[in-house]
Amino acid sequence: MRDVAIVAAGMTQFGELWELSLRDLFVEAALEALRNARVDHLDAIYVGNMSGGQFVGQEHVGPLMADHLGMRGVPTTRVESACASGGVALRSAFFEVASGMSDLVLAAGVEKMNDGADVTNVLATAADQETEVYHGITFPGLYAMIARAHMQAHGTTLEDLAAVSVKNHRHGAMNPKAQFRQEVTMEQVMASSLVADPLRLLHCSPVSDGAAAVLLCPLSRAREFTDRPVKIRASGFATGSMALADRPDPAFLDAVSLASGRAYEMAHLGPAQIDVAEVHDCFAIAEICVLEALCFTERGRGAQAARTGETTLGGRLPVNTSGGLKSKGHPVGATGVAQVIEIFEQLRGEAGDRQVKDAAVGLAQNMGGSGASSVVHIFERV
Amino acid sequence: MPSPRYWREIPTRLRLEAGRCLDCQKVVYPARKICPGCGGARFEATRLSREGKVITSTVVHIAPSEFQMEAPYAIAIVETPEGARLMVQVVDCEPNDVGPGMAVALEFRRIRKEGKSGILCYGHKAVPVR
Repeated sequence: MRDVAIVAAGMTQFGELWELSLRDLFVEAALEALRNARVDHLDAIYVGNMSGGQFVGQEHVGPLMADHLGMRGVPTTRVESACASGGVALRSAFFEVASGMSDLVLAAGVEKMNDGADVTNVLATAADQETEVYHGITFPGLYAMIARAHMQAHGTTLEDLAAVSVKNHRHGAMNPKAQFRQEVTMEQVMASSLVADPLRLLHCSPVSDGAAAVLLCPLSRAREFTDRPVKIRASGFATGSMALADRPDPAFLDAVSLASGRAYEMAHLGPAQIDVAEVHDCFAIAEICVLEALCFTERGRGAQAARTGETTLGGRLPVNTSGGLKSKGHPVGATGVAQVIEIFEQLRGEAGDRQVKDAAVGLAQNMGGSGASSVVHIFERV
Repeated sequence: MPSPRYWREIPTRLRLEAGRCLDCQKVVYPARKICPGCGGARFEATRLSREGKVITSTVVHIAPSEFQMEAPYAIAIVETPEGARLMVQVVDCEPNDVGPGMAVALEFRRIRKEGKSGILCYGHKAVPVR
């Protein structure tokens, strides 16, 4: 396998973007990445997209995007793994370049959620239709069950959950691309309306439109396109039980643990070597469980991290400096790539007010459904 | 829901039919071809007891469109004496009283109604045992 680098990135604003369509979003992000690298051709494109079919009635997303990017003829694959679609698109692009098959590959993600679709029902299609959705569960409901299991097993409190939202909004307030550029207080989080007990509105990521794209090439050619490439050190991917009822411990994310174990092994690095991380905080409890599965904290100790400031900018291991899904926004298919862009900017020293000092190694963790799929990438400044 | 799909699930949903793995004795609900515990492929049919205890739960306040009239409602993962776990609503009680360890009986109930001309969908809901 060849070493692979990311050499350019492009990303739209995240938010309720009523004036932009699915294709507009993709083209804006992809074009920015191509222009930053001064590239006018591609060997392949991968597009993460969870549900163009249900959100805007559009399947066959690959050729549509290539066509509108002015890349008609280029092989383009739409990748789906629910909310992990973007991360898996990056993994696919990484393999294509690493294999020697292609040199210039775009990994992108896009979702148009605000176009009139019944978002609660569309997102629920990432859960088990026969055994979960049939009985009236929602996505916040699944994570609420995870939260209650975590509270029961480890003594996690409502304050712990709120602290994650407060931290991520504090970071997101400094991100010009974020959907919600404002801080929130513990009191505001804990007084917001109940969605699925114990999760309240301000524990939940929003409904968002957006797209993100990164350009990959062999590390040996990276300097043709940028003087600050970022190397992809590892890619780990795993699946777990689809239904929450089938997991021995509903408060532990097995797929995240497996995926990160594979990534650490491939990178020959451990959690202690990570300087900055973006993790999948679709709900506040998710960040807590993910920190444990990534071995950033001991099992059952994830809840203390945000409250004590360990994962805040300036702490031992800053997590979700972009604002995370909570504050930056969560256009589901784009999220995995947007996480990678935050790490890319951090490792290049371009994160502005959110910059983690001397960040050299970063990790991005993206997951689908209630954790039935997860992908973890590790990156390094070169 | 298309009627063939509803019909196909009747043994699982209405009769609580499950599979017992002949290699590791794990009871798998709904039945599968391959045991998620040991990888075995030999099963005998069995049925779940209509009782169990709550493992974890939530109260859904913002509900899917078909359940909006019922919100807020409790929904839980319930473990039966056979060790099988299933997701069901918990009814006939104050939703906020549902919590881990609660003993429940599984009762045959209507789960959802699909509009004015759709089919009535049945299944099981849990009720607290007093």
